Amino acid sequence: MAKQNEAKGKSRPTKVRVENLNKQYEEAKKGLLFSKNINPSAIFADDTNGYVLKDINLEIKEGDFYIFLGASGCGKSTLLNIIAGFLGATEGRVLLDGEEIKKPGPERGVVFQSADSAIFPWLTVEKNVAYGLKVQHMDKKTRKRVAADAIALVGLAGHEKKFPSELSGGMKQRVQIARSIASNPEVLIMDEPFGALDAQTRRTLQDELINIWKKTGKTILFVTHDLQEAVYLGQKICIFSAAPNAGIAYKVDVPFAYPRDMDEPEIADFTKEIHEKLDTAINAHGKEPVDKSAVSI
Amino acid sequence: MKETLINLFKLIAKSGIVTWIFLLLIWQIASLFNTPDFLPGPLNTWNGFLEIVQTGALWEDIAISLQRIAIGWVRGILIAVPLGLLIGQFKTIRWLLEPFINFFRFVPAIGFLTLFLMWFGVGEESKLVLITYATIFPVVINTVAGVASVDPVKYQAAESLGASRLQTFFTVTIPATVPGIFTGIRLGLSSAIISIVSAEMLAANSGLGYLIYTSRLYYRTDWIFTGIIVLGLIGFLADKVLRMLGNHMFRHYGVVNQ
Repeated sequence: MAKQNEAKGKSRPTKVRVENLNKQYEEAKKGLLFSKNINPSAIFADDTNGYVLKDINLEIKEGDFYIFLGASGCGKSTLLNIIAGFLGATEGRVLLDGEEIKKPGPERGVVFQSADSAIFPWLTVEKNVAYGLKVQHMDKKTRKRVAADAIALVGLAGHEKKFPSELSGGMKQRVQIARSIASNPEVLIMDEPFGALDAQTRRTLQDELINIWKKTGKTILFVTHDLQEAVYLGQKICIFSAAPNAGIAYKVDVPFAYPRDMDEPEIADFTKEIHEKLDTAINAHGKEPVDKSAVSI
Repeated sequence: MKETLINLFKLIAKSGIVTWIFLLLIWQIASLFNTPDFLPGPLNTWNGFLEIVQTGALWEDIAISLQRIAIGWVRGILIAVPLGLLIGQFKTIRWLLEPFINFFRFVPAIGFLTLFLMWFGVGEESKLVLITYATIFPVVINTVAGVASVDPVKYQAAESLGASRLQTFFTVTIPATVPGIFTGIRLGLSSAIISIVSAEMLAANSGLGYLIYTSRLYYRTDWIFTGIIVLGLIGFLADKVLRMLGNHMFRHYGVVNQ
């Protein structure tokens, strides 16, 4: 699919709309514990009635590659969990194709940060990928074919019969991506999926993700705290301010074609600009000093 | 060459053979200072062992004890695994049953022996009920713990792939709990062996417990030692077989045994 080139942005329909969303801490705590992205400052926050996320409004078009960028614990994963349906909003709502999201569903594929947590070690690669199709009662023959396509798409052909324990970290993450894609979701939600991988594997998977996105035309929501990753992958970057009361400080379009050479002066300048915006966003509240080491550059 | 020797020595030390030879030596030396009625040595015990092997008495006792353990243990597992899964998965069931379980788990099976004899008769059934009781608690407790330790991300993943609550129970909860169930089954086996021996001592006229208990009447301390060693061997071998089975069948479920 070639239609995601910048110019066509206007004609595409809205896929995900976030309307006046607020999220209070007390609830967020439970969700954060579930998502394993435990944010100590959220848990020990004095004002338990305060908000993690405040006044979030977003409009994500079909086929967008959307990045949520922010410091660790800024609430970007919380927003992702709300869109995935794992958490409810305190106020406001999230719409997918105009319908309010209330619970998780296969039209929103989720790729979790830790593949070890998310994939099923007792199933082979093939069965892991076919899991969603099976619980959705797809017949065995079609299931096998669709799973094989998804496995081929992430470059795991030939590893169908292996168990996750026989795979490397990068391969496990590919299994997770294939499993989500097999259900043919409208939106692919990815929560720092490459954060735990070594630099080389991460770059390979980033390139492959771009290819998959181009091939399938899926809408992708991608959370990261890695500035380079955001600029390398994203079409739009959403920069979060720091919690409490985190909001979206900037929405920036990335005007470069893929694949991107991060050393190219124009892109390097752009990255620097995003970095400055991120710093401004983090410091905007002027409340507590934010640990800048959490933001990789 | 030198390395091979070191490796061989390491292997021997690791296998525990050294410990056993040492124990046997001490045992033999200690027995020299006592009469065989009070402390028979390894050689005496070996002779006593051969005696009851030849008459067939030992095999009978082993067979009957094993049969009781196997039936009671399997029954216990069949009750405890579904129970543990339900308690682990459903809060309401947990609230209803947990106080009950936390009370009775501290009452050893043998405490119920008299009651079971009264209720189920002096025959086999009372002993089987006793072993079933003894097996249930470790299996239930470890199954519940297994359910509790399932990574919540696995549930989220299943849900976001379209699995219903019921599907999640069968496709995530149960397979992810296999290691916990397996630990429970192993502990349940040792609990079953301990209980049956006590029960056979007090209320049976066959079995290894009976052998150990009645041998004192004939001043056959060597048979008591034989019984104890056989019990140890049965437990050791049964656990070994169980672990091998676990490693073989449930490797991908995360059952790890050294």
